[in-house]
Amino acid sequence: MSVLERQDMPRQDPEKRRSNFDEVAMGYSHEQAVNEASRCIQCKKPLCVAGCPVEIDIPAFIKCIADDDMEGAISELKSMNALPAICGRVCPQETQCEEVCVLAKKGEPVAIGRLERYAADWELENKQGEPEKPEPTGKKVAVVGSGPAGLTAAAELAKMGHSVTLMEALHKAGGVLVYGIPEFRLPKSIVQKEVEYIERQGVDIQLNSVVGMVETVDELLDEYDAVFLGTGAGLPSFMNIDGENLSGVYSANEFLTRVNLMKAYQFPDHDTPVKNGHKVVVVGGGNVAMDAARCAVRLGAEEVTVVYRRGDDEMPARREEIENAKEEGVIFRLLSNPTRILGDEKNWVRQMECLDMELCEPDESGRCRPVPVEGSEHILDVDVIIIAVGTSPNPLIPKTTSSLETSKWGTIIADDNGATSKTGVFAGGDVVTGAATVISAMGAGKIAARAIDKYLNSNNL
Amino acid sequence: MPFEIIEKSQIVPTIHNMIISAPSIARKARAGQFIILRIDDTGERIPLTIADFDREKGTITTIFQEMGKTTVQLSKMNAGESLLDFVGPLGNPSEIEPVGTVVCVGGGVGVAPVYPIARAHKEAGNKVISIIGSRSADLLLWEEKMRDVSDELFITTDDGTKGHYGFVTDVLKELLEGSEPISLVVAIGPPIMMRAVAGVTHPFGVKTVVSLNSIMVDGTGMCGSCRVLVGGETKFACVDGPEFDAHEVDFTLLMNRLQMYQDEEQLAMEHYEKCSGDGCQC
Ligand SMILES: Cc1cc2nc3c(=O)[nH]c(=O)nc-3n(C[C@H](O)[C@H](O)[C@H](O)COP(=O)(O)OP(=O)(O)OC[C@H]3O[C@@H](n4cnc5c(N)ncnc54)[C@H](O)[C@@H]3O)c2cc1C
Ligand SMILES: Cc1cc2nc3c(=O)[nH]c(=O)nc-3n(C[C@H](O)[C@H](O)[C@H](O)COP(=O)(O)OP(=O)(O)OC[C@H]3O[C@@H](n4cnc5c(N)ncnc54)[C@H](O)[C@@H]3O)c2cc1C
Ligand code: FES
Repeated sequence: MSVLERQDMPRQDPEKRRSNFDEVAMGYSHEQAVNEASRCIQCKKPLCVAGCPVEIDIPAFIKCIADDDMEGAISELKSMNALPAICGRVCPQETQCEEVCVLAKKGEPVAIGRLERYAADWELENKQGEPEKPEPTGKKVAVVGSGPAGLTAAAELAKMGHSVTLMEALHKAGGVLVYGIPEFRLPKSIVQKEVEYIERQGVDIQLNSVVGMVETVDELLDEYDAVFLGTGAGLPSFMNIDGENLSGVYSANEFLTRVNLMKAYQFPDHDTPVKNGHKVVVVGGGNVAMDAARCAVRLGAEEVTVVYRRGDDEMPARREEIENAKEEGVIFRLLSNPTRILGDEKNWVRQMECLDMELCEPDESGRCRPVPVEGSEHILDVDVIIIAVGTSPNPLIPKTTSSLETSKWGTIIADDNGATSKTGVFAGGDVVTGAATVISAMGAGKIAARAIDKYLNSNNL
Repeated sequence: MPFEIIEKSQIVPTIHNMIISAPSIARKARAGQFIILRIDDTGERIPLTIADFDREKGTITTIFQEMGKTTVQLSKMNAGESLLDFVGPLGNPSEIEPVGTVVCVGGGVGVAPVYPIARAHKEAGNKVISIIGSRSADLLLWEEKMRDVSDELFITTDDGTKGHYGFVTDVLKELLEGSEPISLVVAIGPPIMMRAVAGVTHPFGVKTVVSLNSIMVDGTGMCGSCRVLVGGETKFACVDGPEFDAHEVDFTLLMNRLQMYQDEEQLAMEHYEKCSGDGCQC
């Protein structure tokens, strides 16, 4: 039976981290990792494994850490998950593996995510493994998009011996991992190392390649035997309220891209600027809103407020990140919904009008719908607004590809194996599901890679 | 893979011609589209219109004006050097159809992006009348190239040092009042010029197309930095445009949004001047 308490994650002090972009969670020490690992009771029928979207043998890798066998731990992890250093940091373990951990019922679950991170970081520091080079099959696959779905599909296909070309629209590979999730939550050097590993596997990464413009999917099919689309859900939604085009109003995608991909927090050493308000309002309650709010704090805003139309329990962001944001001084105005944005004569945003909301009884779907409280209009002073109310897939590829079916939400329709309506074209990740998680995108990339392999072997291409 | 500068020259003071090797983009480029480039790893992504392309040589021609940090840094680069990132073609190509008589209006550096459009209209069998203008004779660019693709060419300068003494809109108005029916006007230049053109053509009910140069980041529809208001609807200039119906465009919003980073642009320029060369103080 385990006796120890769940080991706390050492974190940067809130006062200090408010003004830097260094990683907040600093990782376990060796001793903490071994202690935490020894809390695992090694269930015979582990529920955690079923809670993991990629079915990592969690008790096995944790046992290796407890026995101080780091090589064993990492090979156990890597056999199921190509990007453990990333998943250990950003996966919502609290609603996946850790939620169903037996110890969770008796108190605190084993800190599976933190242990995953520990093992992965150990590998990055101590072991620069060389990938195996399999026998080439002579088949060529184009992977479009270098987010977690595309990276995973590319890595798996390369392992199978196929020749893989990965095309990415932006100038850096990683998708949301590089342009969206901030440095203080996921250091870009880690993403870079994973990308380099995939390149060493022989994947040819072509940056600055917007598929649909420089080459259409139909044209790719002339050159490649199969195509995987992992293009994400990158099109920002706005609220369609008055004043949304005022200067100082950003989509979260723009704000985060300027800050993370373009490194606006190092302006003017990096050329791309971002407006840093005194009073910043972020609209939304997901991970994207938390990341935007916490970036705004670090850029020096005096006051950062998250405005969200439902209550605290309904916020879809990870609990840990909500707590981190609160510690860093982010103010939460819950049950509040913007109705219009007001600007000055120079088109700069100055105020935002909000309505109070109240939650009605849950409907059949179990969701409480927020309804406005009549006459509750009030005004907030603000000079930067960041809108984080969701994203959908970019229509560029469906628009330029023949007979590729999409849903009414703009997502590409694919079966359980990632096969789309177009022969030889597979898809997975956010472009199929709508905005979801890193691990589900990776899972989809892996499943599609297997289906592509099968397709390539079955066809006399 | 860096993108090599094949040729670089100053055409008129502060305006430069740069030919870049980018075969896959050259293969696909069409009139009206643009590229986004980044000079180096700390650089900003800036959009420039494809002013010409050579599919055989695999090159893209851009014409740019020194405006601030990035374009000034670009102006100091030379053939043989490389740009870190170069992506395109982006945006929708111009709609080119046989329509009759087309008036192509280019102001300042806007003459360059108008050129491939004028050429395409000419190739499509349209009669092309071009009006190109600049502040002064020594700043006028691509007169010969424009003449080659135009049935008639008018020149205007703000100071009267060449051609008509005044604005491109003066000549445009005369043409519209004349006997020749005009089917389409295409205008590219500073927003204030494009707004004036829209104002002149509106009473005549002549279809008018402008290319909007809002501030961009990715150029693929991912950020919304480039949003413009057209016919009361928000559009992303990079993927819905860059060309729009001039009579529907909210030019005031465009001009206001272009001012958004004025302070930062000045700071970036000062920082660059201080830190370029051997004199870095930081
Ligand atoms: C700010 C933010 C924070 C998040 N936090 C978390 C978190 O803590 N935990 C978690 O699990 N999930 C989180 N998510 C969600 C998670 O990041 C996504 O679900 C995941 O990245 C989806 O992966 P993907 O590979 O499908 O797409 P993406 O990561 O979106 O990658 C798609 C890639 O395709 C490229 N692309 C698009 N169109 C083209 C084209 N035409 N040609 C070439 N390339 C193209 C894009 O540039 C991009 O690089 C967060 C998302 C955001 C935005
Ligand atoms: C579709 C499109 C096509 C363009 N084509 C040309 C062209 O062919 N030739 C040319 O000389 N210019 C063109 N421009 C404008 C050019 O992109 C800007 O002049 C350039 O970005 C200025 O950068 P800077 O650092 O030198 O100057 P800055 O000091 O940063 O800015 C100078 C001015 O340029 C605008 N600007 C700044 N950053 C951007 C940006 N990222 N995107 C767009 N505008 C910006 C600002 O409104 C500012 O007032 C085009 C713009 C767009 C959107
Ligand atoms: S430049 Fe980002 S959406 Fe147009």
